Amino acid sequence: MPSTFVVNDVPRTVDAPADTALVHVLRNDLGLKGTRFGCGTGHCGACHVLLDGRTIAACDTPLWAVAGKSVTTVEGLSRDGTPHPLQRAFLDLQAAQCGYCVSGILMTAAGLLASEPDPTDARLREALDRNLCRCGAHVRMLGAIRAAAKEMRHG
Amino acid sequence: MADPLLVKRPDGALPGSLQGNPELGQWVRFAADGTVQVTAGKVEIGQGILTALSQIAAEELDVAPARIRMVGADTTLSPNEGVTSGSLSIQDSGTALRYACAEIRAILLAEAAEEFGVPVDQVSVRDGTITIRGRASTTSYWALAHPGLLDRRATASVAPKDPSTYAIVGHDAPRLDLPDKVMGRPRYVHDLVLPEMLFGRVVRPSSPWAELASLDESAAHALGATVVRDGSFVGVFAAREDMAVRAADRLAAGARWRSTRTLPDHIGAFLRSAPAEHKVLIDTAGGAEAAGARVFRASYAKPFIAHASIGPSCAIAQWSGSTDDPRLTVHSHTQGIFNLRADLAKAFRILEDHIVVRHVEGAGCYGHNPADDVAMDAALLARAAGGRPVQVAWTRQQELAWGPFGSAMEVDLVATVGEDGSIIEWRHELFSHGHSSRPGRDPRPTLLSSYYMADGFELPVAIDMPLPNGGSERNAVPGYAFDRQHISKHRVTEMPIRVSALRSLGAYANVFAIESFMDELAHAHGVDPVAYRLRHLVDPRGRAVVEAAAQRAGWTHFATTESRGHGIAWARYKNVGAWAAVVAEVELGHEVRVTRLVCAVDVGMVVNPDGVINQVEGGAIQATSWALKEAVRFDRERIAIDGWEEYPILKFSEVPEIVVELIDRKDQPSLGAGEAVQGPIGAAIANAVFDALGVRVRTLPLTAEAIAAASG
Repeated sequence: MPSTFVVNDVPRTVDAPADTALVHVLRNDLGLKGTRFGCGTGHCGACHVLLDGRTIAACDTPLWAVAGKSVTTVEGLSRDGTPHPLQRAFLDLQAAQCGYCVSGILMTAAGLLASEPDPTDARLREALDRNLCRCGAHVRMLGAIRAAAKEMRHG
Repeated sequence: MADPLLVKRPDGALPGSLQGNPELGQWVRFAADGTVQVTAGKVEIGQGILTALSQIAAEELDVAPARIRMVGADTTLSPNEGVTSGSLSIQDSGTALRYACAEIRAILLAEAAEEFGVPVDQVSVRDGTITIRGRASTTSYWALAHPGLLDRRATASVAPKDPSTYAIVGHDAPRLDLPDKVMGRPRYVHDLVLPEMLFGRVVRPSSPWAELASLDESAAHALGATVVRDGSFVGVFAAREDMAVRAADRLAAGARWRSTRTLPDHIGAFLRSAPAEHKVLIDTAGGAEAAGARVFRASYAKPFIAHASIGPSCAIAQWSGSTDDPRLTVHSHTQGIFNLRADLAKAFRILEDHIVVRHVEGAGCYGHNPADDVAMDAALLARAAGGRPVQVAWTRQQELAWGPFGSAMEVDLVATVGEDGSIIEWRHELFSHGHSSRPGRDPRPTLLSSYYMADGFELPVAIDMPLPNGGSERNAVPGYAFDRQHISKHRVTEMPIRVSALRSLGAYANVFAIESFMDELAHAHGVDPVAYRLRHLVDPRGRAVVEAAAQRAGWTHFATTESRGHGIAWARYKNVGAWAAVVAEVELGHEVRVTRLVCAVDVGMVVNPDGVINQVEGGAIQATSWALKEAVRFDRERIAIDGWEEYPILKFSEVPEIVVELIDRKDQPSLGAGEAVQGPIGAAIANAVFDALGVRVRTLPLTAEAIAAASG
């Protein structure tokens, strides 16, 4: 049954079972591979996207729950081909190892900074506690997010 | 100046992986578009190796780094460099590329000289463009590199550049793979879409030692999925991934299993009592324990640890050819494309030459994880797919509970100490499984599903490679100058719980034991732990990292309280690799909180400084997670992990500040960085806990329960 929702500002209609996890719809029906599958239970953050501006896990969000709403994925962070300040900072500071967790961390950070442009270190870490990184790139990623936040504030 | 990347081979063998892969054309190709294709057999596993290798190739060839294209490893193209493991890629692959590229550069310059009829000293090269002194005309690598030119054996007779002239190696280089990963572009094998591709999932038994009693396939069929059953292997595929997930859930609900064996009740008791191979590694102690003023004894333990990659393992397999002459192509994030190919050939009883394995990146890899296993699963499912490719991904539960674990270990230490606190004799006896059941090294396949398939194979019991790499005995030999030593191991020869290589192998437990024990001895004699180590430490580079870490951390100014402590530990990885010392600072609340880690590391000549720092930081955080939180729990029936809640890892709010001090030694061979701090971290944290609380925790992980048990 077709469902319609907005992805990265573009209305999309998908013909998939209503209980299909959003992560599979994004990756397979829409070809947006930037949202990674990590656990399927919302515990690791690899599949984080923004739903009407709020961070959610795409792996335990069914398609029916996003009908008529607006989803932003990592591909939608960068508009007109230029990297988002967060992505630029991640590249400048080489803030990744395997990179598998990065999409989700970028989206958590983007969601946080949209509502709290200048989070404390504790607040930033708390917001990222549902994003797991196994390679241990945390310190660099925190630095990159702080640098991007500063740039976004002073833009 | 000594030659930093040169691995001296007195037997006349070629350097690095050129030995075994001597054809120059295996390593480098000049493409028509003005790029240089470099084909290394080592693979990117999130450690940045392709970037470092591209720096070496660009440096020796004299081309701009942007021209280098690192080609993914492929059994039809690549040199066979075995497994990407053991922090050996710079030594193996980097050394080979350094000599190969220097020789290729010389060959091309000679071609140019001949073409222009001038002596070779009249030609020079810059970014691949060759100019002839006194003439306006130029040529290039791409114009000269006719087919067949590099079809020759390396001689290693052309001296690579003097490192003091390096313009690219030794300088920070941005990772080649990160732009795709940060921009969310397809890059991983999970993202690869082949024409007509199907999606599969596997259903694992109720216990590692269970066989399938009955299977109700109807619910999966009702979804339009195809069920594959081969002995006790059960899987399913469908046109849609979400359908495969649903079908696998229904299949699991309809499967009945019969247990054939139980798991051990207590792993420590099991390791000490199970049948084992006993080996004395060093005996300079003589038969009886030495007489001394005091004898100290302590036992240390480390649990099974999971790889716990964030991305579940994934592979794509496709069969072609005929029933009589089947051919298999696999896309995999394996650490060893040729070894995986060898085990797939054994499992499916076909020729290796009839299998192609292509490397595509996966999520972070810290050892022998399920990457190879899932490739076999994909191949098993694809056999029923009529020539269509099948992508299989493991579930989170499978990734955590069904991959091979890093072995649990127990270590008994005995030190005989003189009146002045000097160590007269040191005894180290360890109990462990072997630390490798990697593919390609046993007549039987080591791929998980080869055990469950009909007409399958017993899984080979994990083995240890000999020293200096070692397995369970890695770093069992202390880095101190003890005159009398007795070092021995018991490698268990049964494997009720599947184990294989996990980052640093036995070094994590051995260094935890040795460096905890050194701390105990220091405190027992009222000597500062840094001073006590230095008293027994002769190796100048070992001393240098200990002193550097202590100084950088402000060791002598630290104020210990009941809730705040610091500790130090060091090791030379594998006793022949990188030197690393770590000072850990902790705060004690309800749990142990590591606030700062100061790491001093000597990896010889540094190829990519930022890359080394990134690897050390990552290793430090991962080892902190191991030390504070991680243990695989199991009962008689099963590994008791359903997801991240049963196997928590370090979170952002728990990550310490990390300081990395690199001791760059431009005149010394480059050494791998990725595992150097794993060993010291656990001990440094445990020593910091002791500093604050006066409680010696000898069992990892350092949880509140473990501290409570140790204080009781």
